[in-house]
Amino acid sequence: MSRLLVAMSGGVDSSVAAALAVEAGHQVTGVTLKLWGGESDSGCCSVSDVEDARRVAHQLGIDHHVFNFGEDFERHVVDPFVDAWANGTTPNPCVECNRHIKFDLLLRRADLLGFETIATGHHARLVEHAGERRLARGADAAKDQSYVLHMLGAEQRARLELPVGHLTKAEVRAEAERFGFDTAAKPDSQDVCFIHSDGGKAKFLGDRIPLRSGRIVDTEGTELGTVERVQLVTIGQRKGLDLGGGQGRRYVVDTDPSTDTVVVGDRAALLRAEQPVEAWQWVVDPDLVGGELAAQVSAHGGPRAVASIEADRVVWAESEQRVAPGQAIVGYDGDTVVGWGLAA
Amino acid sequence: MTVSYLDHAATTPVRPEVVEAMVEVMSGPAGNPSGSHAAARAAMRRLDAARSAFAEVVGAHPNEVVFTGGGSEADNLAIRGVLGRSAPDRPAVCSALEHHAVLEPVEVSGGRTVAVTADGRIDLADLERVLDAVHPSVVSTMLVNNETGLVQPLDEVAQIVRDRHPDAVVHTDAVQALRWLDVATRTAVADLVSYAGHKFGGPAGVGALVVRNGVELDPIVRGGGQEQGRRSGTQNVAGIVGMSVAATLAAAERDAIVARVSGLRIRLVEGLRSRLDGWSETGSGERVAGMAHLCIDGVTAEPLLLLLEQGGVLASAASSCSSGAMHPSHVLAAMGYDRTRASGSLRLSIGPTTTEADIDRAVQVVPDAVERIRAAA
Repeated sequence: MSRLLVAMSGGVDSSVAAALAVEAGHQVTGVTLKLWGGESDSGCCSVSDVEDARRVAHQLGIDHHVFNFGEDFERHVVDPFVDAWANGTTPNPCVECNRHIKFDLLLRRADLLGFETIATGHHARLVEHAGERRLARGADAAKDQSYVLHMLGAEQRARLELPVGHLTKAEVRAEAERFGFDTAAKPDSQDVCFIHSDGGKAKFLGDRIPLRSGRIVDTEGTELGTVERVQLVTIGQRKGLDLGGGQGRRYVVDTDPSTDTVVVGDRAALLRAEQPVEAWQWVVDPDLVGGELAAQVSAHGGPRAVASIEADRVVWAESEQRVAPGQAIVGYDGDTVVGWGLAA
Repeated sequence: MTVSYLDHAATTPVRPEVVEAMVEVMSGPAGNPSGSHAAARAAMRRLDAARSAFAEVVGAHPNEVVFTGGGSEADNLAIRGVLGRSAPDRPAVCSALEHHAVLEPVEVSGGRTVAVTADGRIDLADLERVLDAVHPSVVSTMLVNNETGLVQPLDEVAQIVRDRHPDAVVHTDAVQALRWLDVATRTAVADLVSYAGHKFGGPAGVGALVVRNGVELDPIVRGGGQEQGRRSGTQNVAGIVGMSVAATLAAAERDAIVARVSGLRIRLVEGLRSRLDGWSETGSGERVAGMAHLCIDGVTAEPLLLLLEQGGVLASAASSCSSGAMHPSHVLAAMGYDRTRASGSLRLSIGPTTTEADIDRAVQVVPDAVERIRAAA
């Protein structure tokens, strides 16, 4: 079997992924990526997570390394995250980490060291279809991570294993029990791995960029009030805007970073028949895409029915809420990822 | 596959004579040296004998030897122990290329660091400037740097300190020195000297701080008052005996080992020079025989070390943190290396068990690995 490098975060999913790869007969080596040296409590990368990963690797009788990709993580994930918020767009840090770190830097490191294949503990599946491997949703709909893996090209998909994609989270935990991992009950990682839950995104960004206050207007341009930290306001947001009482639910329907203005309106003002996108890319041959076309617009959102997809827009089957600029829009044919673009 | 262990600066193989001496202690009757009965007194006799033998190697009186749980503890005891007895306006001072076991206690206590020259030594002019600005309690300069192997000008440092502040304590971390240098002579100017057993064929987890008579220290481990109240806790008799045996052997064999290892080092450096371009040795001047430290263009240490391992050569970069992840070297940064240049660092450290075949393998494997990384970039 092949020489396989498993990315082990110390969490239960990647621990079980490594164990299943060993059981499948691969020649497995574990690696933990050190990505973030700053404070964090919500993701991975703490010293104790590295130790959890190493202990699991030793339990499996496999070798374990630590790769320090901290500088690359800062350059490709953290800095663009800060820049995006500063410019009024909504970044996708997990997507950027997958794009630049796990499935580029790590894959190239694997090449250099003679590993044919890499594996991760993501909840998604790789399915054979018409002679190529396609990315599909994981078996556990609530844990599906195909959205954050949408950028994987054919060559990357060919060299990737996702050993837990066919399992539900409960099944993964049961497997962890079977292997005797003390990480079996470890809580799922939450949100953005480099942001501490105390203070959250607002503190993280406030330490790095000047957050300005802005004005709130309605769709007619009438001033309604002001908002702190205007750059953090996102389209579709409902909470956190102090608009006084009365007028029913109001949503952020537009933001203008150049004038620090937030436009609010009712839900109808947020709905669009189509969503402009920047340069839609098909990751499978569009001629082979048929059936039920859908799109997902955030990591934890559900699928939206799609009428058609063109190079510069996604046309919804029924009007849908506008997507914040910068968010990834991922196209699915049934369970299979077929393409993606960024909301314009 | 056999492996060539070229990481003797990280830790050394424990000598068979040491293992034998330690097994004899551990398999013998129980006896706490602090007790009063016959078995306790037997343990104390072993401890005293080990202390005397070790003291002779390091040029100290037996009463000046404080056994510790390793080199880092000895360094901490030196810095924090002196600070504990000093007025708050008298900081600790150390060079910027100290081991973290010195650097951190100095920095945490608000002390000062002294700049380093481009060739890898403490900058004596900067030391003078710092000592003109502050009245230090303790000044620390290592005898041999653990990354580069460069010997530091301890005599000059001590002279500068004595001239300006005769009441300041001079500490030296001699952890990397005992195998290679006549430490009894070389450390004679220092008031406090740190050692670690596993750097010269003894066990890890045992070290010593030489505390010259008259130097006052606060203990950092308090309790039963062992080691003349300077380091409480029941002594690790087997470990101390092992370290003492290793030190005695190292001193007796030093000249022969240095001569042989120097030859191996020349073979290594010349071999690499003939097969690989784009690298240089780090720093210049007197260097201990076992250490070769290179900075190689166009590579980073992390994949390099794994490729070397695949080729059967075990080495290290600069230093590594407890999680195993590589971090840029503070020593190279202090020497003025930028991050890119520092990230291509490789430390090949040779010991008495190293053979010509080990060196020849490194001369083969290092250039191959470097070329592979350069080709992939």
